[in-house]
Amino acid sequence: MYKIIKKEKLNDTVDLLEIKAPFVARKCEPGQFIMLRVDEDGERIPLTIADYDRDQGTVTIIYQIVGYSTTLLSQKKEGDCVQDFAGPMGSPAELTKKEHKVIGVAGGVGAAPLYPQLKKLAAQGTKVDVIIGGKSAAYVLLADAFAQFCDQVFIATDDGSLGTKGFVTNVLADQIAKETYDECIAIGPLIMMKNVVKITKPAGLPTMVSLNPIMVDGTGMCGGCRVTIDGETKFACVDGPDFDGFKVNFDECMKRQGFYREEEHQCRIGRG
Amino acid sequence: MAKKNMQVTKVPMPEQAPEIRNKNFDEVALGYTQEMAIVEAGRCLNCKNSPCVKGCPVNVPIPAFISKLAQGEFEDAYQTIVLENALPAICGRVCPQENQCEGKCVRGIKGEPVAIGRLERFAADYHMKHHKGASDPVQKNGKKVAVVGSGPSGLTCAGELVKKGYDVSVFEALHKAGGVLSYGIPEFRLPKDLVAAEIKNIEDQGVSIDTNIIVGRSITVDELTEEGYDAVFIGSGAGLPGFLHIPGENLLGVYSANEFLTRVNLMKGFQFPKTPTPVKIGENVAVVGAGNVAMDSARTAKRLGAKNVYIVYRRSIEEAPARAEELHHAEEEGIIFKFLNNPSEIIGDDKGDVAGLKIVKQQLGEPDASGRRRPVPIKGSDYELAVQTVIIAIGQKPNPLIRRTTPGLSCESWGGIIVDEDTMETSKKNIYAGGDTVTGAATVILAMGAGKKAAAAIDQKLSLS
Ligand SMILES: Cc1cc2nc3c(=O)[nH]c(=O)nc-3n(C[C@H](O)[C@H](O)[C@H](O)COP(=O)(O)OP(=O)(O)OC[C@H]3O[C@@H](n4cnc5c(N)ncnc54)[C@H](O)[C@@H]3O)c2cc1C
Ligand code: FES
Repeated sequence: MYKIIKKEKLNDTVDLLEIKAPFVARKCEPGQFIMLRVDEDGERIPLTIADYDRDQGTVTIIYQIVGYSTTLLSQKKEGDCVQDFAGPMGSPAELTKKEHKVIGVAGGVGAAPLYPQLKKLAAQGTKVDVIIGGKSAAYVLLADAFAQFCDQVFIATDDGSLGTKGFVTNVLADQIAKETYDECIAIGPLIMMKNVVKITKPAGLPTMVSLNPIMVDGTGMCGGCRVTIDGETKFACVDGPDFDGFKVNFDECMKRQGFYREEEHQCRIGRG
Repeated sequence: MAKKNMQVTKVPMPEQAPEIRNKNFDEVALGYTQEMAIVEAGRCLNCKNSPCVKGCPVNVPIPAFISKLAQGEFEDAYQTIVLENALPAICGRVCPQENQCEGKCVRGIKGEPVAIGRLERFAADYHMKHHKGASDPVQKNGKKVAVVGSGPSGLTCAGELVKKGYDVSVFEALHKAGGVLSYGIPEFRLPKDLVAAEIKNIEDQGVSIDTNIIVGRSITVDELTEEGYDAVFIGSGAGLPGFLHIPGENLLGVYSANEFLTRVNLMKGFQFPKTPTPVKIGENVAVVGAGNVAMDSARTAKRLGAKNVYIVYRRSIEEAPARAEELHHAEEEGIIFKFLNNPSEIIGDDKGDVAGLKIVKQQLGEPDASGRRRPVPIKGSDYELAVQTVIIAIGQKPNPLIRRTTPGLSCESWGGIIVDEDTMETSKKNIYAGGDTVTGAATVILAMGAGKKAAAAIDQKLSLS
């Protein structure tokens, strides 16, 4: 059992949990994820690591309440435990010092996995900018945290309640026209990452994206997480979750992600 | 001495009727009663040279335990088996006896061999039901061994070493111990309560099992050594699923057998929506392959409500690697065999869901490198089988994680860890390996044999230092 040390509500659908998991905290790196089960018989759900404290042995996760298991997780309080918390899983993101600048693009809870990546780059002396997108002001996550080490923090909301009205991609297009970047790291909904690549690819700006297909074990044992990269099948849980955005078959990813949509609904009904 | 039973056939195993059991997940074979066990045990001739023992990868003293059964000394029979085999309730159910002990049995020359597997299972089940006593504590020797993976090889190695006084810690990547016994082999063939009881038995002897630890990620093999483990045994299995590499494999409704069986067994998907992990199955299902994994997948699909379940295999039934009993049970349960049928493409509909499997019929040609006759395509024999689900069960290879994170560990090009066959030691000092991660997907009993051999070698080496 793994204890919840801290819980914070970031907005009405997003929570942050800090969980005691020394085996994960001692080794995890930006880009990696964990597998969590809320209770006995629970589903194994992958969640990307948002932050970690090696001394305290804690790991921070940020999740959106989207289905049965995340709803159940959101009912846990500080001091409660989750049944299982395994990791770190996946390959660490390759983050080396860059000559010019890196631009991060976050959509919704994508801000959580992006945060440690940009933080590490900044700590190595790379200049970083970030664009954070959300439905409205309340859904823009971690803006203050990013501001600690980012040169510029841009915000885009669908309703214009904060920052630019419109998509992160609009801001991105403007920004790469203005400044020289070595790399873009985009993490968010598949459609957002696909659209980011539509801008960065013609511009020749190397782009890493983070994929979150349906997973079962997260250790390379089931192949349920397979994605097509440059025409080749890869297991996102082992070979990823970060991939070269130019090579990802996003349309296939989107189809595969929707495979259990009906069951997710049935499960919520069936289990209250 | 009681008179020998010269019946040429085994005492039949009581079983659930096929048309009933193919709709539930309860165990198919119900087990012998005491009377049946005594009668069957009476068929053993107690041969002096015991060919059966030579057929057993862990040398269970077969005639000895069977003669105890014949005399009604059931607990003694169990104690005789566990001298050599720590998991008899499991082996009695899943070993390919026809190629091992029973294949060598003298009674098999004129009639059926003695039902050694069923008798082993009987003795183990009897013990589980009637004896709850804890084992005697062992004097600790102050040495520590780490075991990676809690499948049959790791559990056996751990069990052997703890009996000799070692502190043994098992690290398991999943949330549940047991390896394939827990996530792969279905409930109806190997009840999970029984696997849990065998594991608890090993824990009660003092083995600690830490789940949710992925060696290579949470901690590396070298770090285990640095943390003071005197030896490490790698029993990480062959969990990497193989795919066919034909068009359409990433369509919706294509599973690896591992994914399908893990969803159903480990995650209890057969109880969805009572349990939250779903498993989707079409009305018509094709399972590609003809090993135990394929039979388990097909029989599971049937139980989940599929109407037509096909086994699609490019060779003939003679080459099918599944245990004879599994093929027989599958057929009884209404699985449709399509031998000499090789899939060439998975067809999808406009939504990306599986709609069919394109197949080319085969005939047998000259023997290939494996010694089996090579399937050769019959020109113009292509046809399409209408299915909504395709399950690929064509074999597994070792997971690359440990090999990628352990510098200096020599491996075969296909991924198997290379070991000294006498000691199971790898190219790295005091790092041992065994089971499927060395041999590629094999059997429970071979994995156990390897774990046992490694434990003996570890003990021999560490007791000198
Ligand atoms: C569906 C199915 C049916 C089968 N039926 C039969 C049968 O009827 N009879 C028979 O004899 N054999 C059968 N087999 C084969 C048999 O189960 C295997 O040969 C046997 O389990 C191998 O044992 P093992 O200990 O080597 O590995 P496994 O049982 O595979 O166990 C390996 C364990 O190591 C863990 N692990 C892997 N990597 C790591 C890591 N990096 N860190 C920590 N832990 C790790 C895995 O999660 C797993 O729990 C079947 C296999 C399958 C899949
Ligand atoms: S989640 Fe099972 S292989 Fe990736």
